[in-house]
Amino acid sequence: MNAYAQDAARRLRSNPAAVAAGFVMAAIVLLTLFGPLFNPNDAQTLDWLHLAARPALTNAHWFGTDRLGRDLFARTLAGTRVSIAVGLVASLISIAVGVTYGAVSGYVGGRTDHFMMRLIEILSGLPLIFFVIFLTVIFGRSQSLLFISIGAVGWLTMARIVRGQALSIRRQDYIAAAIVSGAGTGRIIAKHVIPNLLGPVIVYATLTIPQIILFESFLSFLGLGIQEPGASLGTLISEGVGEMEAAPWMLLVPGGFLAALLLCLNIFGDGMRDALDVKEG
Amino acid sequence: MTRFFFTRLAGAIPTLFIIITITFFLMRAAPGGPFDQEQSVSPQVRANLESAYGFDQPVYVQYGRYLKSLLRGDFGPSFKYKDFTVTELIGQGFPVTLQLGAIAMTMALLIGIPLGTFAALRHNTPADYLTMSLAVAGIAIPSFVVLPFLGLLLGVYLHWLPVSGWEPGSIRHLALPVVALCLPPLAYIARLTRGSMLEVLRSHYIRTAFAKGLPLRTVIWRHALRPALTPVASYLVPAVASIMTGSLVVETIAGIPGIGRYLVQGAINRDYTLVLGMVIIYSALLIGLGILVDLLYAWLDPRVRQPS
Repeated sequence: MNAYAQDAARRLRSNPAAVAAGFVMAAIVLLTLFGPLFNPNDAQTLDWLHLAARPALTNAHWFGTDRLGRDLFARTLAGTRVSIAVGLVASLISIAVGVTYGAVSGYVGGRTDHFMMRLIEILSGLPLIFFVIFLTVIFGRSQSLLFISIGAVGWLTMARIVRGQALSIRRQDYIAAAIVSGAGTGRIIAKHVIPNLLGPVIVYATLTIPQIILFESFLSFLGLGIQEPGASLGTLISEGVGEMEAAPWMLLVPGGFLAALLLCLNIFGDGMRDALDVKEG
Repeated sequence: MTRFFFTRLAGAIPTLFIIITITFFLMRAAPGGPFDQEQSVSPQVRANLESAYGFDQPVYVQYGRYLKSLLRGDFGPSFKYKDFTVTELIGQGFPVTLQLGAIAMTMALLIGIPLGTFAALRHNTPADYLTMSLAVAGIAIPSFVVLPFLGLLLGVYLHWLPVSGWEPGSIRHLALPVVALCLPPLAYIARLTRGSMLEVLRSHYIRTAFAKGLPLRTVIWRHALRPALTPVASYLVPAVASIMTGSLVVETIAGIPGIGRYLVQGAINRDYTLVLGMVIIYSALLIGLGILVDLLYAWLDPRVRQPS
């Protein structure tokens, strides 16, 4: 660990909100991973004796059940797991696209840079979520399309930030040294530009994940994302809205989980940004 | 200024044209036709259906026809709402969505800017921390969680406000959807205003203004506010996009008959023309708005007007 990273870690630790958010986040992740071990119910079994039952400790449905008698604790944990998994995978896609695009644009510069940035400008002025909805209409609702389209939407900010950094890295002496010793553009971008971008990339990665989780649950809420029998938090909330007068726990439990997860990720991401002192591009 | 406007307009038209072209050909390239779900149609009926919608023509002829009808403001017939054209559906829903969105946007600006200024003036005090914590929550928690939670509390338990439904001109029906819709942009605007206001308040001319004895109110209104608002101006387009997106879920939850709900229904029913028309409308709106914001930007910051 170098001095810069140690400094950043110290600053992050002295930010109580970010630390608390980190703990809550860790607790949610641990709960989704190990919670099912302590739960006698699984997410798909229908308990005919307890249909739309209130949350109670006595009947072993701690968060209650839905109309079909499925255990809400198990379903919420499974849904959270799906949301986090989609968030991570789609974030990775968007980070990979954004970093490559930004690094090439910033490092190559000139007319290429101008054209690439103009494209980003056009794309970011558009209601991308409508295009994703449009894609689900055309190609049907499939899981892989969901990953790709969500990942394809999240990379714009990342590309912009990376480009700004790459522009300044380009003028460094070690780049000149690499050029004189005969390294090609592709090699310089991969070996010298991208590794030096790590700080801002980590910060924006932590801020991209909540956006993507939000995006996925938004689509699932509308019935355009994860399909039955699978469930993400968005699907569960949408079911909960339908039953909210008769069985409010069906709304409150998954809604509370999503709100807590997104809030913590945002606070933690803001903390990371302050700690690593990254300026928005 | 006029020239500035026309250059931007000239740049926007090709963008819109490209969007229309790409979405149109994507739609035609899609696997399966729009009549696939129709139950066991005889070949003759199918052929008639296809010729009625122009599908028996080559794609470029269909494209030319679509462009021509777009120029007349005709988005073609809806595939699922059989007796309606897409233009009629949009015409019905648009005033509702516009009303909802305009109120939410106004609220976001009218509350967000003063809130951000207030936090900046109380920098590093509990009031500042509280405002900014609320802002994080407002940004992070999605409207499809906020709206049903508020509906449960204020509607189902306290009976103060209706949970869903729509009556033209009824403020009570608008209240919860507007609150849910305006919270994320409001919180973001408050945060942006606070950040830029802090920077402006540190500048020399503000110190001069205070030094010559101007009261705080005058310093803020006459000197600090305008430069501090430039980041907010550049956020306006994303803010409207966020309200448009939010109105999809808010209209669905609250049962408001706007275009957002048509789009969601259209997407679930795979109503090609309806969704295509909506994407074009939304894009055109945002692009048009982008031009207006550029003008506003040039007014707020004279340096933008100078050709570089």
